[in-house]
Amino acid sequence: MTDLNTMHALAQLVPPGSRVLDLGCGDGAMLAHLQQTRGCTGYGVEIDDANVLACVKRGVNVIQFNLDEGLALFGDASFDVVLQIDTLQHLRNAEVMLRETVRVGRVGIVAFPNFAHWPNRLSILKGRMPVTKRLPYQWYDTPNIRVGTHADLAALAARNGLQVQDSFGLQGGHMVRVMPNLRAGTSVYKLTLPR
Amino acid sequence: MFLALPGFLLGFGLSSTPLIATPQSQHFVDPLPLQSGASLRDYSLSFETYGTLNAERSNAVLVCHALNASHHVAGSYAGQANSEGWWGNMIGPGKPVDTNRFFVIGVNNLGSCFGSTGPMHANPDAPTGSGKVYGADFPVVTVEDWVNAQARLLDVLGIKTLAAIMGGSLGGMQALSWTLQYPDRVRYAVVVASAPNLTAENIAFNEVARRAIVTDPDFHGGHFYEHGTVPKRGLRIARMIGHITYLSDDVMNEKFGRQLRDAVVAQAGELAPPGSAAHAVPSVGAYKYTTQDVEFQIESYLRYQGDKFAEYFDANTYLLITRALDYFDPASAYGGDLSKALAKATCKFLLVSFTTDWRFSPKRSREIVKALLDNQRDVSYAEIDAPHGHDAFLLDDPRYMGVVRSYFDSIAQGVSA
Repeated sequence: MTDLNTMHALAQLVPPGSRVLDLGCGDGAMLAHLQQTRGCTGYGVEIDDANVLACVKRGVNVIQFNLDEGLALFGDASFDVVLQIDTLQHLRNAEVMLRETVRVGRVGIVAFPNFAHWPNRLSILKGRMPVTKRLPYQWYDTPNIRVGTHADLAALAARNGLQVQDSFGLQGGHMVRVMPNLRAGTSVYKLTLPR
Repeated sequence: MFLALPGFLLGFGLSSTPLIATPQSQHFVDPLPLQSGASLRDYSLSFETYGTLNAERSNAVLVCHALNASHHVAGSYAGQANSEGWWGNMIGPGKPVDTNRFFVIGVNNLGSCFGSTGPMHANPDAPTGSGKVYGADFPVVTVEDWVNAQARLLDVLGIKTLAAIMGGSLGGMQALSWTLQYPDRVRYAVVVASAPNLTAENIAFNEVARRAIVTDPDFHGGHFYEHGTVPKRGLRIARMIGHITYLSDDVMNEKFGRQLRDAVVAQAGELAPPGSAAHAVPSVGAYKYTTQDVEFQIESYLRYQGDKFAEYFDANTYLLITRALDYFDPASAYGGDLSKALAKATCKFLLVSFTTDWRFSPKRSREIVKALLDNQRDVSYAEIDAPHGHDAFLLDDPRYMGVVRSYFDSIAQGVSA
């Protein structure tokens, strides 16, 4: 789902040597990349059997459970960085999980598809739900049960009293800082608890 | 394709070579101090090994057994049909735990009834020449005692460090205990369908089984050997209870449902001519209206399992092993704080549980995972959505086998590096 450029751009946000928890870690590619290139350690969380197997094959620590059950397994501030890359949009308890992400991690990095990206707006203007490279599903079979925009996440973070350390868009693996809500397919937030 | 073919053929060739198991025995003269304060002297451990210990002695995997299993983990006995080891689907040439790469050891635990010193063996403390066996006087052994005994065997085999310790259920408890008792001797631990201790419900099941045995008039306070009796009735019931708890409700319904035994159905069919009302409703017509006969398939199955078990299993062993299960609780020395207890474990862990296992539920495995996470240990955890209950840990499930295989692949890379 997450392309290589996006993965590498997000990896830049993780300080070298960090202890990382990757929620919805997929096949473990991100964690393996962080371990190999940035000396990070940590765990992935996955629900899918095939992904769990892929992680074990890569030698990435993986814990199999459903994120909708919450993060009770993990203690407060037990990780330097908690990643939630293309995960939030699949969660029933997206708001709780956003808070949990910054409880468990000193820093939470959330990336998700920005529904306000201009091609999506154009599609809606034409009266149809967007089907793009970033949002490849039809409205009736999409696993993305939370459809939000870059601007929406700012409001949700504020509502939960979370501090936005940084936020920007990613498009083609490049950072978009000017009008990201319009110009970027992926929205990225770096969140912490208020200091 | 051309390049891949020889490798495939090689792999196929290796996995089709039958693995021959050869039981061995090691005698120990020095007393083994036990957790209870008692000790065992002049004891033997039965064991089997598969594969070859490498020159660095770094590829050893010790497999711990659960309640009714033994040192015969893998392979078959030469010339004996249906003699495959209890974890033969997991361990062997080309299997997830590949004996072409690993030197695998199975040990029969003390107090068991498959060769290692147990209650049916001569008590060295009995008057000379009396020939008296231990019986009920066999000391109560714990998971920790078993691990100490296993460690002594490794000393004899010249194995300082295990590539991996592995076990399911009670075997998983031993594997976990290894990582606490001998943290420097274990590089990886694979703990399947296990728990950090037994719940009250679990102890309750064990107690019902023990009462069934102890109250059997043939038990004679555990000294039935000298009476020439075997408390088979108690053993049967103990096994029946066990079997119920090893299966899930769904699997039991799928396998047996409300089916009546074939014999009963046939008999009813004979009584009721085809086309008659009774024949059309076999579920009614087939009842025998008895209270003591076997009518349902599940009854037949449980009785069969009980009968089979009572033929080979020792009653005192059943009491000892269930007690070892009850006592295991590494957190108890730390005020119930499992995270503190597991601080000693330094190896890497793989935990596996099965969603329908209610005897050793996923919740219990997660407690171990959490304690390891609290200690920042390397741990992976697979929760397999299998329908078979606790028994799933002995069955073939491609997801389960795949994860264990991949994990051992990475262990093998570390061994050869």
